[in-house]
Amino acid sequence: MNQSIQYKLGKEENLGKILVLPSMIIVFGFLLFPFLYSFILSFFSKDLARPATNGFAGLSNYIKLLQDPYFLNSLKVTGIFSFTSVFFELLIGVAIALVLNMKFRFRGFVRGLIILPWALPNIVNASMWSWIYNANYGVLNALLLKLGLIEEYQAWLGNPVSAMILVILANVWKETPFTIIMVLAALQGVPKAMYEAAKVDGANVFKRWHYITLPFIKNILMVCGLLQLIWSLLHTFELIYVITRGGPFNSTDILPLRIYWQTFKSLRFGYGSAMSYLTALIIFIPTFFYIKSAYKSSMES
Amino acid sequence: MSGLSITEKYLLKKRLQRFVSSSFLYIAVALIVLWVLAPYTWLVISSFSSKIDLLEVPLKIPTKFTLDHYHSIFSAGTAIGEGMSFFTQSLMNSVIITFGSTVLSMVLGVLSAYAISRLRFKGRNQALLIMMISYMLPPIAIVIPGYMILKALSLYDSRFGLILVNISFILPLIVWIMRGFFMSISKEMEESARIDGCSYLGSLFRIVLPLSAPGIVSAGIFAFIASWNEYLYAFLYTSMRARTLPVLLGEFTTKVGIDYLNMAAAGVITSLPPVILALVFQKFLISGLTEGSVKG
Repeated sequence: MNQSIQYKLGKEENLGKILVLPSMIIVFGFLLFPFLYSFILSFFSKDLARPATNGFAGLSNYIKLLQDPYFLNSLKVTGIFSFTSVFFELLIGVAIALVLNMKFRFRGFVRGLIILPWALPNIVNASMWSWIYNANYGVLNALLLKLGLIEEYQAWLGNPVSAMILVILANVWKETPFTIIMVLAALQGVPKAMYEAAKVDGANVFKRWHYITLPFIKNILMVCGLLQLIWSLLHTFELIYVITRGGPFNSTDILPLRIYWQTFKSLRFGYGSAMSYLTALIIFIPTFFYIKSAYKSSMES
Repeated sequence: MSGLSITEKYLLKKRLQRFVSSSFLYIAVALIVLWVLAPYTWLVISSFSSKIDLLEVPLKIPTKFTLDHYHSIFSAGTAIGEGMSFFTQSLMNSVIITFGSTVLSMVLGVLSAYAISRLRFKGRNQALLIMMISYMLPPIAIVIPGYMILKALSLYDSRFGLILVNISFILPLIVWIMRGFFMSISKEMEESARIDGCSYLGSLFRIVLPLSAPGIVSAGIFAFIASWNEYLYAFLYTSMRARTLPVLLGEFTTKVGIDYLNMAAAGVITSLPPVILALVFQKFLISGLTEGSVKG
C-alpha cells in the first residue's frame, strides 16, 4: 500500500517535470538566456564596426550612457510619451466604458466593435496613421481645412510638439479598448440597487460616481494603468519607427528606437545592451507593482 | 399648456428630461463609434480608391473604386527562386509561421499549464514564476543576444527560427490563461476517474480538456493574434526569405518613395485575420483579457 502511494507520487513527480521541460527549454533558450547574456554583454565593448576596441569594459558603457545627451533625451521622450498615453487611455477608456454600460439600442454591437483597434496589428496601426497624417494627401489636413481650423495644409510631423501629440494619439487609439474592456467588466460588479438607493437619497451624478462607481473600479484602474505603462515601455517600437522615425530633431526618439539605432545601425552591441538594461530597470518598477498586485488578488480569490 | 393639471405638467417635464438625456446618450454612442471606426474605415476606403482621387489637393471623398492596388501588391517584385511576388511570399511566411507557432505553443502550453496546476513536482512554483517573469521581459533587451544566437544556430532568416522565438514569448501567456481555466475545474471528477484506472494524461484528455474548451479557444486565438501581429523579432531576425507580412508592410512606409496606396491594400490584408477572429470570438477574448489581466 505504502509502496504504491510512493510509486504514484514518483510518477506524478516525473510526469510533471517531463511536461514542463520542453516549454522551459524554449523559454530559457530564447528569453531568459538572451536576457542574462545581454547583461554580460553590457560590460563589454563589442563594436562590430571597430573590432580592435572590443574587450571587457567594466562599467564604462553605463558611465558613457549617463553622459550621452541622446540617451538622456530618449529617457525624457519615453517618459512624456508613456505617461501621457496612459493618462489618456485611462481617461477616455473610463468615459467610454461608462457610456457603454448604459442601456441603449445596439449596445452589444457597439461593445463588440470596441475590440477592433486592439486586434489591429501594431504595424497596420502605424501605417494607417502615417497615411492619415501625411502632409500632402493626409485626411487630417483635409478635415482641419474643411472645418476651417487651418488655412493651408501643415506638416504636422515636422514640428516636435505636434509630432509628439500625433504619435500619442495613434497609441491611445490603439490601446484604449483594453481599458474599456477591463472597466466594463468591473462595472458589472456594481450592484444596481446601490444606485437606486443613492438616487432616492438625492445623490447627484458626481456623488454617485465618487462614492459608488469609483471604489468598485479603483483596483482595476490601477492594474490597467500599470499594464498599459509596462506595455507602452515594452512594445512601442514600430509605431514611432514608422510614423516619425524618432524625429523631428529626436523629439519622439523613444528608448527602444534609440537602442535599435545604436545596436543595429551603429553596430555597438555592448553599448546597446547597456542601454537595454537601463530600460529593463525602468520597466521593472511598474512590473514589480503589477506582479505584487496580481499575486495579491490571486491569493484573495 | 395652462389647461394641464400639475400632474400632467410633471409628467411632461419628466418625459422631456428623459428625451434630452437619451439624445445625449445616443450622440455619445455615435461619437464613440466614429472614434473607433473612422481611422480604419479611411484605410479601407483608401485601399479601394483610385490614385487620382486620393492624391488630389484638397482631398475629396473618393467616388471611383478599383481593385488596382490589390492587384499590384500581388504582382509587384519577384522573390528569388520562388516565382511569386514579395507580397505572396510574405503572406505564405506569415501563415506558416503563425500556424506553426500557434499549434506548437498550444501543445506545449497546455501540457505545462496542466502540470503546473495539477501535478505535484519539485520546482512547480518556480516554473510558474519563470513564466510570469518571462512575460514581462522587455523584447528590446533580448533581441541583441537573440540575434547572435539565431546567427550561431544558422536559424537567422528562417521560418523555423522565428517559430521558436514566437513560441518563447507566447508560451507564458498560454500557461497563464490555461492555468486559470484548469484551476476552476473541480479535482473530484479527475480523482474518481483515476480510481477507475485512468492515467494522468488520460484524465487530461478525457475530462479536463473538454471542460476547458472555451479556455483553449481563447488561448489559441490569443496565440494566433500575437504571432500574426509580431513585428520586432521578425523585423530583426529575417531579411529576404522568411520576411513576414508585418515586416513587408513596414517596408512600404519606411523606404524611399513611400507607396501609400499599395500600403493601404497591404495593410487591410494584414489586418484581416486578427480583426475577423477578434470580432467573431470577442466573448472568448474578453473573458481571457479580464480574467487573466493579460495583454495580447
